Amino acid sequence: MNYIKVKDLSKSYLDVKALKNLSVEIEAGILFGILGPNGAGKSTLIKILATLIEPDNGEVFINNINLIKNSRKIRELIGYVAQDIALDKILTGRELLDFQSDLYHINKNKKIERIKKLVDQLEMNDWIDRKCGTYSGGMKRRIDLAAGLLHLPQVLILDEPTVGLDIESRNIIWQLLKDLRNDGMTIILSSHYLDEIDKLADRLVIIDDGRVIAQGTPSQLKNKLGGDRITLKVKEFSNQKEAEKICHILSSIDGISQIIINEAQGFSINFVADKEKDLLAKLKVELAFSKFEIFSLTQSQPSLDDVYLQATGKTLLDAEISMAGKRDLKKESKQSMR
Amino acid sequence: MELKQYSLFFLYQETYALTKRLFIQLKRRPSTLLAGILQPIIWLFLFGALFSKAPEGFLPGVDSYGNFLGAGLIVFTAFSGALNSGLPLMFDREFGFLNRLLVAPLTSRLSIVLSSFIYITILSFVQSIVIMIVSYILGYGWPNLYGLGIVFTTLILLVLFVTSISLCLAFVLPGHIELIALIFVINLPLLFASTALAPISFMPNWLGWLASLNPLTFAIEPIRTAYTQTMDLELVALHAPYGDLTCKSCISILFSLTVFSLIIIRPLLNRKLS
Repeated sequence: MNYIKVKDLSKSYLDVKALKNLSVEIEAGILFGILGPNGAGKSTLIKILATLIEPDNGEVFINNINLIKNSRKIRELIGYVAQDIALDKILTGRELLDFQSDLYHINKNKKIERIKKLVDQLEMNDWIDRKCGTYSGGMKRRIDLAAGLLHLPQVLILDEPTVGLDIESRNIIWQLLKDLRNDGMTIILSSHYLDEIDKLADRLVIIDDGRVIAQGTPSQLKNKLGGDRITLKVKEFSNQKEAEKICHILSSIDGISQIIINEAQGFSINFVADKEKDLLAKLKVELAFSKFEIFSLTQSQPSLDDVYLQATGKTLLDAEISMAGKRDLKKESKQSMR
Repeated sequence: MELKQYSLFFLYQETYALTKRLFIQLKRRPSTLLAGILQPIIWLFLFGALFSKAPEGFLPGVDSYGNFLGAGLIVFTAFSGALNSGLPLMFDREFGFLNRLLVAPLTSRLSIVLSSFIYITILSFVQSIVIMIVSYILGYGWPNLYGLGIVFTTLILLVLFVTSISLCLAFVLPGHIELIALIFVINLPLLFASTALAPISFMPNWLGWLASLNPLTFAIEPIRTAYTQTMDLELVALHAPYGDLTCKSCISILFSLTVFSLIIIRPLLNRKLS
């Protein structure tokens, strides 16, 4: 049975449509990944699930409780770790956890016990009594995560928790998330790191431009692509017309499918080659016949980036770069202020 | 019934935590407290000295200018503190800390507002007591027990009134720069357009009207009367252009303004904290 149901969710900020009739279902006790480039709508979805913003349309149910009508009840069930870590730099880490425990009405004995456990688990003993203002990015993230876990939530919602972290902190957080999932907690993790979602998520949804473009387990999504992923270039920088000609040639070869022109990568051609057939020799012949030479040819196992590429015609990195110039982060930050 | 008891305890627990946080901040950054005490004391010395050679009977009902000024400075200190009370909330909004509070299952989100009221009220009391002690040392008198009751009742009303406006501004304005600018703009003009520094009889007609409509005046005059030792709520405290007002009337007006401001800001707070 699905524990979290998101149905036809829409949300706009002035003239920007962040979510467009997005629907997702999440089972209990799994680590669910939300993957997408910056500006895809991940944070908006996460903030709605964390009861921080209300959708314009649509419904969300967690454990059959309507999130919009019973947001206080939902807050008892969830723990939230925001993308931007907001700590009171005057307080020590322990004071912050103590403060957070009181907001979640945890009694005194349980509070001490929980704080001690989390301090041990997240290896914070050496610095927990220092002021938060002196913490590094990794320390801040760990204390923030501990704050989200104090009340043993049924659902932990994390918005890009490992952005900019050192390897040690990232590994500690990854291990903790795996342990929590194994203990039965439902975890929703948004990220634009492919390897993070690939390694951690039991199931995932890929979001682009406020819409779901793919969902399933990582292996399901990758297997759907078929065989190995090939990237072909006939020149270092080709053009649209040339790329279309090559696509035409490739489409005539039996065993080649899902041909895409990647404009951002100098009009390179991506396609899936059937594993069972030796297509390379045939490809060379066909290209030579049309007076093309192979400039580069790379072959790789399908990744989640290929899933994204297949659905959108661009890689996640290219989507990030193209979105970076369009976003006004200062304006977005002001808009999201309560 | 048991559920209600739990709710009350939870409300206490979260309000206590929020207030404690503000006091930890104050303890580790005491400059606000110190500045809030030092500034009125400096004013007391300087203004007291400035008018020390004023002829006897210069001001009606008081022996010296320092005696007159004390009440104005107590009110001004409480007013400034309360006016700044929106700043911590504004910083919490800007730095995202408010979201930490908003995703928590608070019994009532009014605990966020309540903690600010408690913090500013205690802070104002501490600052006022220090100013009263310094005034006493300088020979400007001390109110009797009844008068003290009037002083603190008036201060609570003023703090509630101004804090509610400041918290409202903290939600309405886009950032702390705008809030600080607004505080700068209204702080001193409101002081000068009140009876803190001079009685209405010294003012031109238009300023007298402004001063007698200024909420600060309704707080200053009962406190000034409390220093006269013949404290009586029915005593005329303010000779306004529109008529005389007793201590009781001044406090009633202040009370009405406070209730009115709380009613006005409630929908906004509900919306912003929903």
